[in-house]
Amino acid sequence: MSRFKKIFATDSYIVPLVAIVMGFLVGAIVMLVGGYDPIAAYSALFKRVFGSPYDFGEAIREMTPLMFTGLAVAFAFRSGMFNIGADGQVLIGMTAASVVGIKFAGTLPSFVLVPLAVIMAGVCGGLWAGIAGYLKAKRGINEVITTIMLNWIALFLSNYIVRTFLLLSGQNRSEDIPASLSMTFLNSVFDNARLHWGTAIALAAAVFFYVYLWKTKQGYEMRAVGLNPHAAEYAGMNVGRNVIKAMFISGVFAGLAGAGEVLGVFHYQSVFAASPGYGFDGIAVALLGLTHPLGVVLAAILYGTLTYGSAGMSFGADVPPELIRIVIGSIIFFIAAQGIVRWVLKPFYFKRKKEKVL
Amino acid sequence: MEVLGQLLNTTLVFSTALIFAALGGIFSERSGIVNIGLEGLMMFGAFAAAVGGYYAQDAGMGAWAPWIGVLCAMAVGVLGALIHAVASITFKADQTISGTVINFLAAGSTLYVVKLIFEGAGETPLLDGFNKVPIPGLSKIPVIGEGIFNSYPTTYLAMILVVVIYFILFKTPFGLRLRAVGEHPSAADTLGVNVKRMRYIGVMLSGMLAGIGGATITLTTTGTFSHNTISGQGFIAIAAMIFGKWNPLGAFGAAVFFGLSQAIRNYVQLFEWSKNIPQEFIFMIPYVLTIIVLVSAVGRSSAPKALGEPYDPSKR
Repeated sequence: MSRFKKIFATDSYIVPLVAIVMGFLVGAIVMLVGGYDPIAAYSALFKRVFGSPYDFGEAIREMTPLMFTGLAVAFAFRSGMFNIGADGQVLIGMTAASVVGIKFAGTLPSFVLVPLAVIMAGVCGGLWAGIAGYLKAKRGINEVITTIMLNWIALFLSNYIVRTFLLLSGQNRSEDIPASLSMTFLNSVFDNARLHWGTAIALAAAVFFYVYLWKTKQGYEMRAVGLNPHAAEYAGMNVGRNVIKAMFISGVFAGLAGAGEVLGVFHYQSVFAASPGYGFDGIAVALLGLTHPLGVVLAAILYGTLTYGSAGMSFGADVPPELIRIVIGSIIFFIAAQGIVRWVLKPFYFKRKKEKVL
Repeated sequence: MEVLGQLLNTTLVFSTALIFAALGGIFSERSGIVNIGLEGLMMFGAFAAAVGGYYAQDAGMGAWAPWIGVLCAMAVGVLGALIHAVASITFKADQTISGTVINFLAAGSTLYVVKLIFEGAGETPLLDGFNKVPIPGLSKIPVIGEGIFNSYPTTYLAMILVVVIYFILFKTPFGLRLRAVGEHPSAADTLGVNVKRMRYIGVMLSGMLAGIGGATITLTTTGTFSHNTISGQGFIAIAAMIFGKWNPLGAFGAAVFFGLSQAIRNYVQLFEWSKNIPQEFIFMIPYVLTIIVLVSAVGRSSAPKALGEPYDPSKR
């Protein structure tokens, strides 16, 4: 609890908040330059998200994979690695969940089948990321390049598996998956919005992230390796093992995102023409959330709200939905270049200090 | 034999954009600034070339229009890179993050402007673009003539730049200073090199080159700019740069390797034996091969030592 207080007692939250406001301002300026009405656009955006139970539920659905991939990228970041490969890990997780969900559907009862599919998705995603971790630890190969390559390999591999073993004949997708993560009782409340258990698993993953990194010895080692691998090695930590483990856990998060999407949302797996882009959104979410689990959850909520609502902007105010990427990009820019935000805030800080003296 | 020449030709067409962008990445990273934003910078270039080229064509500039497109791409690429430079050099932002910002801003703003200019269309009008220019004499050589000496002007430019940039980086005082700033900024500073200025130059050159790289895609391959014109090419260029050990010649080799991977898709299906291999595995080959090559031959990658560290003179 004391740590929770500390987060809000320091000014650590002011910079992101001001960055968000400044990001929206940049978006408004860009809209004004383009001849649009920013107030109409932003209100259309929020109306789209909060206007109906269905849309609200769908916005939550949109946030879920973002939480997972955000956590995945953030976890790797904390351990000193840049995981560009969350995309591939999501695909591998999807495929594992689809294979288990379809092939074992008749033989296992659903209370065994569904958890098994989810676990397999996590484990396979983790192993996929673990390849990059292993190559980094044992051969010193830059994880950026291996995860990019693994993204492509994952795309083709999962397409191959879906096309050869799971294909619904005549379609470019798998058979329907009988195993389901849908929250049926909530779906009716939200007008058939595709809510699923993945959201709860994502929140649990965020808690795990926090407890593991800050409350366990293994997590301490992992952060030490992330901050300074040489010092960590000097202190007797096994850097290589930590690198592999961190990538594995990162991949587990991403793999679970895949399970949520196929078992909770689509109930089938498509053959993808290009990479679906979950991983790149995850990078943005992780950075927005300052690579802290609580931050990542909040960032996923913000990012999900903005991307889901952006479709409303084009209906309501005729603004191209791409604008929202400018807003998100600007927010991340101001969070990264905190010097600019502090410079903007300087007069206010100055005033506050004076008041204290009086 | 004819197929071989065509395969080589297509390979070079696909490699050209990667060569430009990877060369750009080298300038930035040799100066010590990580550039994950190559993807976005290419997007800026592809967009500017499509729009600039369109207006130049509209104004009746004919064969010069694509070159105007390239100039626009260079300018917009430099402007985009300037954002990265200001954030990461002046404000000491995390370079990975500010590079990611470039990708985001590029994806958003280019399509936003395209929709703004072309009344809501998500794509620019189709351009004429560059035509292939056979080099007299040389283009008559079997295989190589068809393969190399009957290409787009941008492809020739890319190949010339590889050599020129190699020379600049390793044989000129400017190149020495740039590399010094990326390896040991405080030592370079002591010797009177302006670290910040060198890094600004490095990042902006990367924007210029990645911009040309993006322009080549619209002006030779697609003819238009839309949301998927640059889908992952910038990241492949980063891979090519790392694969080529931050050396122009190495990056050239790696870019050709990846270009081949794209070209092979079009050609392998011509052969009867390929029917027995699932196409996905054929697509996978270059990426699997890259990892195998990295594991077996290249070994530890040797990034510039100060890569990713903001320079703080007070810590000297």
